[in-house]
Order: sequence, then C-alpha cells, then structure tokens
Amino acid sequence: MKIPKYPALALLQAGLTIVTLHTPVALAADGKLIATAGLSQIEGSGGGGIVPWATISGYDSRDQISAGAVVTQVDVDDYRLTMLGASLSFYDSLEVSVAQQRFEIKGAGIDIKQNIVGLKYRLYGDVVYSDWPQLSVGMQYKHLEDGDIAAAVGADNNSSGTDFYLAATKVHLGAIAGYNAVWNLTARATKANEMGILGFGGIKNDDYEIMFEASAGILFSRNIAVGIEYRQKPDNLGLGEDNWTDYFISYIPSKDFNLTLAWAELGTIAGAAGQSGLYLSLNGQLW
Amino acid sequence: MKKFATLCFIFSLLTGCASTQMSLYDELGGKDTVAQIVDNFIHEIEYNKTMFTYFAESDIERFREKLNEHLCLLANGPCTYTGDTMEQVHAGMNISESDFNLGVDLFIAAMTKANVPHTVQNKLLAKMVPTRKEIIYL
Repeated sequence: MKIPKYPALALLQAGLTIVTLHTPVALAADGKLIATAGLSQIEGSGGGGIVPWATISGYDSRDQISAGAVVTQVDVDDYRLTMLGASLSFYDSLEVSVAQQRFEIKGAGIDIKQNIVGLKYRLYGDVVYSDWPQLSVGMQYKHLEDGDIAAAVGADNNSSGTDFYLAATKVHLGAIAGYNAVWNLTARATKANEMGILGFGGIKNDDYEIMFEASAGILFSRNIAVGIEYRQKPDNLGLGEDNWTDYFISYIPSKDFNLTLAWAELGTIAGAAGQSGLYLSLNGQLW
Repeated sequence: MKKFATLCFIFSLLTGCASTQMSLYDELGGKDTVAQIVDNFIHEIEYNKTMFTYFAESDIERFREKLNEHLCLLANGPCTYTGDTMEQVHAGMNISESDFNLGVDLFIAAMTKANVPHTVQNKLLAKMVPTRKEIIYL
C-alpha cells in the first residue's frame, strides 16, 4: 500500500466525502448518555487516558457524526509529553483520529515529535445497551519526525510503525452500590518503544508482541468518573521499559467538554527510573 | 474463612443485605414517587419539540396510567401491567437511537426533579435497558 505524503489529510478528505454522500445527517451529536462517550487517550484514539477503548469518541449515535479535539500534557520527573489531537466519528461506527505528540527531555533542549493517524471500527455492540461488551478493532500509524534519539538508543526502525488493537468496553448501570461502572480490556500488537517516541523494535526484540491494557472506573455522578488504568509495554531496547499505570478523575460537565486529571506512574523511561507525575487532559466536542 | 466472611460483609454492604432487601419500587419511594416521575416526564416531553412530535396523537392520560404501571412492574412493585407490549406501542414510530437517548435524558431529568437519588436512578435505568431493542427503529 502506498502511504500518501499526508495520510491524515487523505483520511480527513475521505471522511468528509463519506459525510457529503450520506446527507442528511445530524451534525450536532448528542445521541449517547453523558459520560458514556469516553475520552481521548494519549495517542489520539477514543479511550481512557493511556488505553484505547472500544468506544467511538464523540457523542454521535448511528445517525450522527461528531468531531472533537483534545490537548493532553503529562509532566513527569525528567520528561514532558504534550499531545494535540483531533478526531472525526461517523455513525458511532468509524473513528478517524490525528495526533501530534511532542516529547521533551527536560533540561536537554531535546524535543521529539511524533505524528499519529488512528482508525477504529466498531465490530459489535453498544457500551451501555448490548448484553455483551462493545467490541472494536483499531490501528495507530505512527510517524516519528525526529528519529535521532531512537537511532541512538538502538531502535531497529527510527521512522515509523503501526500498532493494531482489539478492545472490549462495557458500562454496567447501577452495578456497584447503584453507581455505574465501566471497564475496558485491550490487546495491542506493537513494536513501539515508549509508544514510538524511541522508535520501533530494538536489539532485544524486533517482532510484534501482544500487550494487554486495562481500565476500570466508577461514575460517582453523571459528571464525575474515577478510575485506574494499566498498560503493558514491551522492552525491545533492553532499557528496562516499564508498564504504565494511572489513577484518574474525570469531570464531564456536559457533552461539550471534559477535563481529566490523573497521577501517572510511568516507571523507567530511556534508563531514567521512577518517572511519575501529573496527567492533565482537556477534551472538547466541536459538533 | 475470616477473609471470606469479611468479603461477604463488604459485599452485603454494597448490595444491601439479602434478607431485608427492599424492592426497587420501595427504594424509589413507591406509588407517589413513580407518579411524580411520570408527571415530570410528561412535562419534559411537552416542552421538547423533538419528543413532542412522537406524542402528538397520543392519549396522554392513557400514557400516564400505563407508564405508571410499567415502571412499577420494572421496579418489582405490586402492579399488573395492562398496556400493550413495548413493540406494539412503538411500532411505526421509527424512533432513532439519538431520539431514544434524548428520551432517556428527559427521563433522568424527571427522576432528578422527583428527588430520586443517583444510585436509585441507575438501578431503574438498568431495568429499562432491555426494553430499548423493543422501542427503537420499529
């Protein structure tokens, strides 16, 4: 497959073509219960904070489309990651996302940029209403703009890689003492080192590996969700890359925007141990 | 064993003790609260253009009576539902997923105005979930 020079633009164009072919369509998406659309995760896909979920981002129902934007910053001891993203969702079925990650090595004046294009397709179910969990498949194509550090730490590929995932998500109404509960389980095939910031594959391993990711949360009201996430990661470079954990609280005042604050424990990154700090994310629905 | 007993204790705290468990109908506040929810819901519908079109030719008093019965039934209350099936009621309306969810939003507002606690609201919503497939796109 020939990858266009600007895959994000090509995808957006394709998306807009679908929209114009499908008219009439409701452009003000509100067809889901509040807080059941999920958030946007650190690679731009609809999800929790660090894990892609089966949910299609935005409040579109099967007759609607929606568009959203997100900005996230994770500030740990020696690094700072900023992510800017946008996504389009079609008929609660297909999600197209673009994101840019900017990874700053504090005090070193080094900034690593990575662009990500994500696609997700819902295979089955509705996160609230179906008997079984909502099930989606997705991919994240990652293009590393600055591959020098990746090359220096021994990445096999310092330019691009693609992750593939299968995710299952379910909301249980009134499940825990009357509070709504949500869980997600994701299996991801990946070669990425630190999401791709340090390239793909390495001295220790150069094959796709299956990593498991999970989230669990409770909605204490229609507007507040609290939970935990876990993301298993490969150690292809032999630098002791760690699994990630975060503890989050999300405030969802309306279907228009939400705010998430989390404590992220990212372990060892590029040899620097004990990286933890605050995760802050603002996610808005444009239509 | 002690651990198991502790777990059981915590579980019973979370779910309510089995032997003294009230029905959801009692938790809601019984007949009066359910009637209040239904009245509020009808009020919400009357002021919502999208929802009102579905009810333009409905007999509101019949709707009021049957919805009271239906909610009572869903909440394990001491009632008999004498109305038509959900499929019969909604046939030909072609209710979309987003309009259904709008209905749910209005129903939540109706429960909130009737001072139904958040956790009890969720339990009633959970009972209503299976009826969705008997309501939309018919």
